[in-house]
Amino acid sequence: MRWITPGGLLRGGGVFGLLAAFPFVERTDWIVNIGVFTLMYAGLATAWNLFSGYTGYISLGQAAFFGIGAYATGITFEHISIGSGYRPFYALPLIGLAVGLVSVPVAWVALRTRAMTFAIVTLMLLFIVQQLAFNLRSITHGSQGVAVPQPTFASNFDRPYYLAMLSVLALAMLICWYVRRSKLGLMLLGIRDDEEKARGLGVRVTGAKLIAWALSVGLTAMIGGIWGYYLFSIYPESAVDPLVMIGAVLMAFLGGKGTLWGPMIGAFVLVPAQQWALTSYGATRLYLIAYAGVFVLVLLLLPRGIVPSLADLVSRRRFRATDRPDVRPTVERVAS
Amino acid sequence: MSSAALLTAEGLTKRFGGVVAVEDCTFSVPTGTITALVGPNGSGKTTVFNLLTGYLRADAGTVAFAGRRIRRPDPIRLYRAGLTRTFQQARIFPDLTLVENLVVAIQQPWRTIVCRAIGRDDRSRAFELLEEFGLVQLAEARAGSLSYGQKKLLEFATVLMAEPQLVLLDEPTAGVNPVMVAAIETRIRELNARGLTFLVVEHNMNLVMRLCDPVIVLDHGTKLAEGRPADVRNDARVLDAYLGA
Repeated sequence: MRWITPGGLLRGGGVFGLLAAFPFVERTDWIVNIGVFTLMYAGLATAWNLFSGYTGYISLGQAAFFGIGAYATGITFEHISIGSGYRPFYALPLIGLAVGLVSVPVAWVALRTRAMTFAIVTLMLLFIVQQLAFNLRSITHGSQGVAVPQPTFASNFDRPYYLAMLSVLALAMLICWYVRRSKLGLMLLGIRDDEEKARGLGVRVTGAKLIAWALSVGLTAMIGGIWGYYLFSIYPESAVDPLVMIGAVLMAFLGGKGTLWGPMIGAFVLVPAQQWALTSYGATRLYLIAYAGVFVLVLLLLPRGIVPSLADLVSRRRFRATDRPDVRPTVERVAS
Repeated sequence: MSSAALLTAEGLTKRFGGVVAVEDCTFSVPTGTITALVGPNGSGKTTVFNLLTGYLRADAGTVAFAGRRIRRPDPIRLYRAGLTRTFQQARIFPDLTLVENLVVAIQQPWRTIVCRAIGRDDRSRAFELLEEFGLVQLAEARAGSLSYGQKKLLEFATVLMAEPQLVLLDEPTAGVNPVMVAAIETRIRELNARGLTFLVVEHNMNLVMRLCDPVIVLDHGTKLAEGRPADVRNDARVLDAYLGA
């Protein structure tokens, strides 16, 4: 597998160039606001994919680290006096790094389980963190929440948050792309296909999973940090919200988990659809049906997710267009 | 045949609740041989494999490999020491290409995990093996698209990537057609001639008698007989175990 292909470079550069230009072209606040949430979910789904998509361990607890990232931002205001404006954005890498590292021992315990048990354990982790957010009042102010000072930006209010979310999404995509092309990526995909077999081939399965986990969690915490700053107030029930996680997981499934572009595409389909349905039918709650309708339709037509289904379609067409080589084994061929 | 034992199992015992799967099983695999481990269904052959390779923990007994006692057999450490295995059902990584399947099996130090997934040397080594196993035309195909026999061959090729000293083959010809059986037999012979030692669990007794020496027979988790193929074939206890006569 080549590191960089001209097509890939063009695709990545084109997509992120257009996304970066968007808030400068479209200045309507509510549309840029939808853009911020679309990028947030795209980032969360991509970060989730980095661990769960590549290893096959379905984590439902990443929202815990989203919340921890949000509270970490709140704490930097309260206890470190980081100042308003763009400064909190500069603290995001440190928040990501710290949360990623601190989560490793937790993951080490959780990863002693597999499959559905792992999913349940991580879901429990989410609720434990939510309860801690309610009860550690000296840090989180419990249900009163942490208030973050409203920043003043010279430009359009939403634009800095949009660009910050876009930067983290780009970082998440870059990490996913790099991991997939590295030996670590090969180890993770081996684990996803057959962990026992991978162990039998000398793959250090625990170490590989922990690295993917720490990267995924670090990115999730960074996104949570931006979200906390964007909303000005961080409450336990919204910062550590299972629905945020479920939304991101659904988007990854919809786009195609384990693929580079799938989770992002899933978010770009579902979040605007959700927001459109909310504004059009919100008063009657019919928007939930419309939202579910979009999801059901795509699942019926593309059950493995958008990217894998389309890739299958393309490869089937190519296969039909070429003669399949004769690869039936014979004694001579195998033993020669 | 060299008489030095590459692998030694002493007093291996494994119980699953009240069921004794393996009991006080002692045997050795001499260096450079193709040793067979045979026995009727349920005699404990695969359990012994799992104990030797660390997939199961023995309730009692010891394992020594290449002159060193393995205190807590672990698949990763044993693989790195030169002991590897295949499984009864062909186990491959179905979503990876054939080349990727092979490259996963190369021992990687931690510092290389950020390096390119398939380096130039990895690729040439993988293609070399795929060529030997007649799978080179499918090198970039998804392994999941292979036939069962091809999967068996791929699994066999995979465990050779790290140039092991001892390969444990669990029913290498089960469920494959006669052409493939001949191909696998030829491959085992060639690799053995190059110095690779094998321990083979197999139900195809014609193949065992042609290929293996010595032959170890298990029954109800204990060693029943051990010796040259002709001696084992004529052993009354073995006939009794197989035929229930």
